[in-house]
Amino acid sequence: MAKRIDIANLDAYYGTFKAVGDVSLSIEPKSVTAFIGPSGCGKSTVLRTINRMHEVIPRAYVTGQVLLDGEDIYGPDIDPVNVRRTIGMVFQRPNPFPTMSISENVVAGLTLDGKKRSKAELDSIVERSLRQANLWEEVKERLDRPGGGLSGGQQQRLCIARAIAVQPQILLMDEPCSALDPISTLAIEDLIEQLKADYTIVIVTHNMQQAARVSETTAFFNLPGVGQPGRLVEIAPTERIFSNPTQEATEDYISGRFG
Amino acid sequence: MSTTVEPATAGTAEPISIHGQAVRRGDRIFRGVSLFAGITILVIIGAIGIFLIWRAIPSLQANTANFFTTSAWFPDQTPNPVFGIAALTFGTLFTAAIAMVLGVPVGIGIALFIAQYADRRLASTLGFVTDLLAAVPSIIFGMWGLSFLTPHMEGLGQWLNDYLGFIPIFRNDLNQYSKSILIAGVVLAIMVLPTISALSREVLTQVPRSTIEASLALGATRWEMVRQAMFPFARPGMISAAMLGLGRALGETIAVALILSASNVINWHITEPGGNTFAANIALKWNEAGPIGLSALIASGLVLFAITLVVNTIARGIIARHAEFRESS
Repeated sequence: MAKRIDIANLDAYYGTFKAVGDVSLSIEPKSVTAFIGPSGCGKSTVLRTINRMHEVIPRAYVTGQVLLDGEDIYGPDIDPVNVRRTIGMVFQRPNPFPTMSISENVVAGLTLDGKKRSKAELDSIVERSLRQANLWEEVKERLDRPGGGLSGGQQQRLCIARAIAVQPQILLMDEPCSALDPISTLAIEDLIEQLKADYTIVIVTHNMQQAARVSETTAFFNLPGVGQPGRLVEIAPTERIFSNPTQEATEDYISGRFG
Repeated sequence: MSTTVEPATAGTAEPISIHGQAVRRGDRIFRGVSLFAGITILVIIGAIGIFLIWRAIPSLQANTANFFTTSAWFPDQTPNPVFGIAALTFGTLFTAAIAMVLGVPVGIGIALFIAQYADRRLASTLGFVTDLLAAVPSIIFGMWGLSFLTPHMEGLGQWLNDYLGFIPIFRNDLNQYSKSILIAGVVLAIMVLPTISALSREVLTQVPRSTIEASLALGATRWEMVRQAMFPFARPGMISAAMLGLGRALGETIAVALILSASNVINWHITEPGGNTFAANIALKWNEAGPIGLSALIASGLVLFAITLVVNTIARGIIARHAEFRESS
């Protein structure tokens, strides 16, 4: 069920502004790939092209290809809504639906496909998803309470439970720990380690130690200059990026000389 | 530290002492002013209520009919005044209900279109126009309703009678379609539109971008996202908007007074002429009323006052019920 991602010659625009250009990379199924790079380099933009969330911003569009197991999700007969149903996404700030209870939040994605499910079935999905997100023990007594009442780290795990409740093929995480404290961050990182057994995971992070801890492959993006589109500088096994990068810009970034 | 560095410290403030009064004067004044303002509101509402009750009592004592179940309005009849609010209550609630049925969906639809579907230029133009509509004085709506809408609604009344006449409220036995409760209700609907759409737009545009994106990323279509992320978040605000609109519809005076042929009857056939509302009745009868007549009108005003209070209390209750899930976010 986890899919392979191939991005080919991707350019992403916001109106007339080209945010990131000429990205080509491949991501193996059931692996964790980290996108790192300085602010504004386009790493989040590239992440959002993988589930066609880029284009929900007015006048944003892409050219090039994103292939999931060889199928171009920007093809003419592709419905972006269906693409998003098969790809889970976790955002920078935890964003549980404020008007929903914990369990309603978990099954929010399931109520969209129109299938009728029994209460028992939904309950078991809630439990399974919350267990997978390492949140079940903390919330099982208060599933009908508002999701917004949890701590930041719990909210983010609730969002992960919501994303995996639909059993997506890919899980995209856009700086999922940047609003969390170190303990919560550790909990999410442990969770990523477990989830990669089932899902292809792509994570954008500002935190290079985090990239080094959780990912097998790291892609380094950079901004050649002000007003220019971001570029993919190199993508390689994480170990090599951090010990022996081939590009000078990568070396400068990971050693803290800029960015 | 030596004293020779004085030029460097010149112009800097004295060190702040940690001693002093706990409450500063500005705080105390501000507290007093806001407390006074808060109490004033309560006093005003109380004074209005007491005034209405006080002035209503003479006519209620003189009334020889049941105030609540009588439709007729002859308070200055001697020796036995006869008047009641049955027809007024019916007319007021029915015109307001028509205004709500027509106005709320359209008003929220406009708000949703502006907040979510229209591009930015169109959205700001539309927002401006709806706000403008809210500023049009009600006499203008009344004149427009009387001289334009009334003749143009006859076709609709006829059509409702011909095709939906099997539903009692749409049947028209008089073959007269002007000055009806339906027309008054339609004009009220147009009058409450800007209130409802302006406030609903306000709350719909406050739905956080992150909540909207959460829904879209789960694979919601635009409409599913609106139902999943936007409406639940904006519901208390939209209810407030509808209630404010209802308040305007219940109390609207001059437009209704112009449009309705004032007759204090309960007529369920909403396309037929006739019917009256509290506010219109007061406006039309005030000048020719005798002492008991004035007191009777004030008694009816008291009922309208009570109805609007009840409506608002219910609205508050609905909003409070959803508060827990919003505040925790």
